[in-house]
Amino acid sequence: MRRFSWFNATSLTLGFAFLYLPMLILIIYSFNESRLVTVWAGFSTKWYGELFQNEAFLDAAWVTVKVAFWSSTFATVLGTMAAYVLVRGGRFLGRTLFSGMIYAPLVMPEVITGLSLLLLFIAIGMDRGVMTIVLAHTTFSMCYVSVVVSSRLASFDRSVEEAALDLGCSPFDAFRLVTLPIIAPAVISGWLLAFTLSLDDLVIASFTSGPSSTTLPIRIFSAVRLGVTPEINALSTIMIGIVTVGVVTASLVSKRTMTHRAADERKAEQNDKL
Amino acid sequence: MPVNEQNVFAPWEDPKAKPLIKFENVTKRFGDFVAIDDLTLDIYAEEFFALLGPSGCGKTTMMRMLAGFENTSSGKISIDGVDVGGVPPNKRAVNMMFQSYALFPHLTVYENIAFGLKRSKMPKDEIAARVDEMLRLTRLEKLARRKPHQVSGGQRQRIALARSLAKAPKLLLLDEPLGALDKKLRQDTQFELMDIQEKTGTTFVIVTHDQEEAMTVASRIAVMDEGRIVQIETPARIYETPNSVYVADFIGDVNIIEGNVSPQDGGVHHIDWAEGQSPIIAHADPSIANGTRGFFAIRPEKVAISAERPADRANAFQGKVLDIAYLGNVSTYHVALPTGNIVKAQATNSRRLSRRDITWEDTVWLSWTDTAGIILTQ
Ligand SMILES: Nc1ncnc2c1ncn2[C@@H]1O[C@H](COP(=O)(O)OP(=O)(O)OP(=O)(O)O)[C@@H](O)[C@H]1O
Ligand SMILES: [Mg+2]
Repeated sequence: MRRFSWFNATSLTLGFAFLYLPMLILIIYSFNESRLVTVWAGFSTKWYGELFQNEAFLDAAWVTVKVAFWSSTFATVLGTMAAYVLVRGGRFLGRTLFSGMIYAPLVMPEVITGLSLLLLFIAIGMDRGVMTIVLAHTTFSMCYVSVVVSSRLASFDRSVEEAALDLGCSPFDAFRLVTLPIIAPAVISGWLLAFTLSLDDLVIASFTSGPSSTTLPIRIFSAVRLGVTPEINALSTIMIGIVTVGVVTASLVSKRTMTHRAADERKAEQNDKL
Repeated sequence: MPVNEQNVFAPWEDPKAKPLIKFENVTKRFGDFVAIDDLTLDIYAEEFFALLGPSGCGKTTMMRMLAGFENTSSGKISIDGVDVGGVPPNKRAVNMMFQSYALFPHLTVYENIAFGLKRSKMPKDEIAARVDEMLRLTRLEKLARRKPHQVSGGQRQRIALARSLAKAPKLLLLDEPLGALDKKLRQDTQFELMDIQEKTGTTFVIVTHDQEEAMTVASRIAVMDEGRIVQIETPARIYETPNSVYVADFIGDVNIIEGNVSPQDGGVHHIDWAEGQSPIIAHADPSIANGTRGFFAIRPEKVAISAERPADRANAFQGKVLDIAYLGNVSTYHVALPTGNIVKAQATNSRRLSRRDITWEDTVWLSWTDTAGIILTQ
């Protein structure tokens, strides 16, 4: 094995410090006794308590979760359908245009997406509220779902679906009974991705939200303009916690499935002559 | 008995018989590439029809057109007298075993086999009985609860076979069904398949790379090359009377000697194949025109090898043993003639190895009768 050199150790430390030091400071100060954010006055969890008394933050949190849930669900349905058509639809007229347009929001500046949606909602006379944010988030997160699902679709053998048809399934049954269960992990991670994207979107939400539908990022952003409070530190710490747990669980689950599979396959080879 | 039956079962020779499958001038193109080229073919009910040919010659494509996964570019395919153009795969009484197995990875072995039955409104207990029967047949009983990724390659192949057999379809397409099995299991399964076919009257179309397998199971063999069928015949006839050098070479081992053909009296032909050598004498019916460039083809086992010149053979040539391939039951001798031609002769090892009388560098006589080989003109 290669020795762990000083150079490697230093770059690793610096890199991690760069990534995580700001968050670490935020977490530490969320347990600060003092109202002054930058002065340490002893350990306390009182800001967490106050956070849960704060109606405005709780309302915003509820709106955010609602928006994230519905938009990621719609985005998953639409994104999966789009991926299926793109990967399995064969060559049809305008396929290249269609696939290009599906992926365009990936690189489109958010300001432009937000602005154009705002103009659309005004043009059709739609009152801005939870509904408009859900629509806007569906629009921009659907392409992420589509990317994740289509890579899974492209990697599994088409003849598995053909076998289902051959054994008497209608195309819809073949999708429901064979394709969907196989791509389910990708669909779920697409949903999680869309959920996270919606959760922390500030730009598009500020264009499309109405007075009664402030999301958490908007609330935090406007609060911070009046000065950082320990409550916001506490709130951010909770969000970091949720995201960390989510990411770690997801990677553990997928790693476990993979190691199990590898072990199964090894066992199968040994049982070859059964 | 079976021999007798085989002789009787020959619907392709009966002009009144209606074929189950009819390919009429079928062409399949992928872009510019012609995968199937103007193919016309009849397959009859209860046949065991084998497709043989090199990789990429269009065997799978033919199967996929029959199962309904590919459209024809032109021409017509009918099954049971009905034009199946435009009929989707789930509406055809055809099941296919895929070359890639195409097992459902999220279902157990049992559920894989039951999948097609569940789609067919069969009562639950009948499904269970049928699946158990299939598991027994393919010797997968112990693996019923496993997922496909938890079994070996050969076992996966058997699952695919069981799944396609389960619905007892009218027409079963098997794309290399036994390639991953060891020899013993393969032979057992071949006989199982023939047995199933006898019991159920299912028509089989089978793709194989193993010509021995095709010879064992098939009622007829079609030899393909680049999207065309070169010859369709019974196994015995395709072996004994191939219609071209390609078929002769593809099925079994063969010696080919090129020369000019000149017809003599009584169906006898002379093939002048080398300066200063007496012509090869062979029968041909119908007669071949004088001066035709022809290929004399003879199977190694029909060439006798001896130390002395045999007295009563129409053809006898002297040569030197170059190489001996000992295969246990038979030995193949590679003999170089003075002209440089190398002729293979096969002899049964009825004696023990230590007592063999012909060895390397020996001068030997190769001989065969005038009906042992055939003359091919293409
Ligand atoms: N979807 C496709 N698009 C383009 N070319 C194809 C397609 N499917 C098959 N081909 C081509 O058609 C030819 C015949 O393919 P096919 O799969 O029928 O061969 P095969 O006889 O089954 O070969 P093998 O013995 O290797 O399975 C090949 O040259 C292949 O590259
Ligand atoms: Mg093939």
